[in-house]
Amino acid sequence: MSDNINLKRGLNVPIGGVAAQQIKKVIVADVVALKPTDFRGLVPKLLIHEGDRVLAGSPVMADKADLSILFTSPVSGTVKEIVRGEKRKLLEVRIEADKTVEYADFGIRDPKKLSADEIRDALLASGLWPGLVQRPYGTIANPNTTPKAIFISSFSTAPLANEVSFSLKDETENLQAGIDALSKLSNGEVHVSFNSKEEGKNPLKDLKNITAHYFSGPHPAGNVGIQIHHISPILKGETVWTVTPHILAAIGRFFRTGKLDLRRKVAVTGPKATAPSYIEAIAGFSMKAIADMCDSGDGDVRYISGDVLTGTNVGKEGFLGFFDDQVTLLAEGNYHEMFGWGKPFRSKKFSFSHTYFSWLTPNRKYAMDTNLNGGVRAFVMSDIYSKVLPMHLYPVYLAKACLAQDIDKMERFGIYEVLPEDLALCEYICPSKIEIQSILEDGIALMMKEMA
Amino acid sequence: MRKFIDKIKPSFEKGGKLGFLHSTFEAFESFLYVPDTVTRKGSHVRDCVDLKRIMIIVVVALIPSLLFGIWNTGYQHSAAFGLEWGFWQMVWYGIVKIIPLYLVSYIVGLAIEFISAQIKGHEVNEGYLVSGMLIPLIVPVDVPLWMLAIAVAFAVIIGKEVFGGTGMNIWNPALLCRAFLFFSYPSKMSGDTVWTGGVSRYMAEGTAYADGSGLVDSFSGATPLVHATEGLDALNAAGDTFWNMFAGIIPGAVGETSVIAILIGAVILIWTGVASWKIMLSSVIGALCIGLLGNAFGTTPEMTIPAYYQLVMGGFMFGTVFMATDPVTSAQTETGKWIYGFLVGALTITVRLFNPGYVEGMMLAILLMNTFAPLIDHYVISASISRRAKKVSKTMKIA
Repeated sequence: MSDNINLKRGLNVPIGGVAAQQIKKVIVADVVALKPTDFRGLVPKLLIHEGDRVLAGSPVMADKADLSILFTSPVSGTVKEIVRGEKRKLLEVRIEADKTVEYADFGIRDPKKLSADEIRDALLASGLWPGLVQRPYGTIANPNTTPKAIFISSFSTAPLANEVSFSLKDETENLQAGIDALSKLSNGEVHVSFNSKEEGKNPLKDLKNITAHYFSGPHPAGNVGIQIHHISPILKGETVWTVTPHILAAIGRFFRTGKLDLRRKVAVTGPKATAPSYIEAIAGFSMKAIADMCDSGDGDVRYISGDVLTGTNVGKEGFLGFFDDQVTLLAEGNYHEMFGWGKPFRSKKFSFSHTYFSWLTPNRKYAMDTNLNGGVRAFVMSDIYSKVLPMHLYPVYLAKACLAQDIDKMERFGIYEVLPEDLALCEYICPSKIEIQSILEDGIALMMKEMA
Repeated sequence: MRKFIDKIKPSFEKGGKLGFLHSTFEAFESFLYVPDTVTRKGSHVRDCVDLKRIMIIVVVALIPSLLFGIWNTGYQHSAAFGLEWGFWQMVWYGIVKIIPLYLVSYIVGLAIEFISAQIKGHEVNEGYLVSGMLIPLIVPVDVPLWMLAIAVAFAVIIGKEVFGGTGMNIWNPALLCRAFLFFSYPSKMSGDTVWTGGVSRYMAEGTAYADGSGLVDSFSGATPLVHATEGLDALNAAGDTFWNMFAGIIPGAVGETSVIAILIGAVILIWTGVASWKIMLSSVIGALCIGLLGNAFGTTPEMTIPAYYQLVMGGFMFGTVFMATDPVTSAQTETGKWIYGFLVGALTITVRLFNPGYVEGMMLAILLMNTFAPLIDHYVISASISRRAKKVSKTMKIA
């Protein structure tokens, strides 16, 4: 690979419970939820009431900032419950699904023959538009802008990630249709990044009309933010869009079938999964459906929609997030460990640092749990974050600028180029247990407010 | 044990009858047990390293220096009074002299840490575990305990707590303690007699620790740095050969004499990644550069001392390995570390060569560079950001 970008800094978190490449079961959803909290900065406007009937593809809510951005039901059925939190913030719209799904018909169309405006309108109407993420800030793409380029990472290096070589292996035509559609929306190219070590198996490898890039290295090399940083950094005033392979496939499927079909192969993973493997499910399905795949023998289990570094704790009655293609099951670490930090050996725990001896067993996987493994302190070891961040940035300075709410410095230190997910590993290895991701989240919220 | 803690825990929580001691209780509990807190936001799993682990690694790395210091204290005393002690007698004397230093350092320092954590309602920081270990190793063994207590209080309060505690301080607290001692009590802290255990008392009261025998005729008590001001021959004549200094069989502050013991610590720190090898290496390079420059001119006796002698004299190695690399007060950018370390080494030797009144430059060099570390980082980052901006705009134009 001549133009391979090899990223040395990073870490593949050695957590046990990788999903076997087989479909364990097909989930027929009974209740699904649409969660406005899956989208950064979204203020939703409800379009339905409890008891209304919806089809798969019928609008449920819209973005208050731009009412043309619709969020649609993934299934047909009846609106069962509208869940609100503090200050009446809309948290979930729960829809009770029919036995057989009835789809709203959007008509089969060939994206190659459509204009940019037609594609945009079709995506907005289908509810797939919010699947396009705009950077900086990681918000829903603004339909009134044209991005500099569109970026897709065809692989994930996140812990126990969903392998597209398995979960999307029969979807090449859908992926191609998705690329055909998106390429009309951007001035520039559609950049697709591959893992140079495993490109051969990737279902995206033969796609036409893309610019391919090759990366190798440990996590976070598969994060699209890291890739953009190395391909074409985001400067002030520029916007780019990103999309995940699963959403890309859904976009292609939408044009080729005329239906909104958000079914996807979801990896059920983690140390507490009895038989980690894939399931066929739909965005927003209830975790109750996989209760039998969870080993809840002793102690509580945390259900995470997404991976262990960036996912959301949804609880055993929660629902899969719109973007997520993975569920991770972890034991809650609410126990005391005597002299834990003072023991010379702590064979059941992993450390990135050499202060323990886990570096002697590099191939071992660990049954990690949610224990914080220490107390929260001030920044002390300020130079270790850069060991897991393959970007030309100063993460501590960026975090401090966010804490100080200093817009100029946040700009200088690269707030436009990062999302919390890109610094998740810094948070993982931090001996001071500082919550970098939420510091960055607050920083981004401040930028959006001040720069709007 | 766990049951007992769980039983008494409620009375220390908010509203409990001992609620005002919450921080203290928490500190003891988390000392014994890794707490049962789980992740709330962000990453759901965390690395098992925490600050306590990092601090304990530094403490472990200091143990060789401490053990050697205990022996050397006894050895120097025995040599000064011509006692011809055996190994265990020397060790016993060292223990008797050094344990009180540790008691004062930890009792005063930790008491202040606990009280200030209590006032702020924070958890107690573990930073003092290391500072408290360092302080007795860098003071003269005969320092009066009340002076040490005041110096520790100064270092912890002014050096650390007023800035907000561990992680917020500008200067290395242990060095601040030593600086306070040297500038507040110059009459007690300088001269040739403070470095050897028991000699101060002999001077004052006319009795030595053991059997009242007097100082041997050849006793000078001066550290190699003092002899070095008279040139290499004087240094060798005083018995301070390169290898003696490398092994550490010389008078000096408790833990700073043995380069061998310090290097064992350095290997531990570098291997575990707790301290930066870049700072250590660049500090050595900086010292050698100025040392060689001095050799080239050779105008004073001190300047004729071969540059590599400077590395094994005084507190240079100890400061380079354990003090300059303090992650809080040193430079934090990778390029910054090279600059910072180089200047620490260079300044130390500059002070040694050009300031006959004050022969040990390490302490002041590190404190000065602590002050400038944020400035170094600032310029390194500005340069790096503008360099990258230029590079990006260039590639953009081509594309």
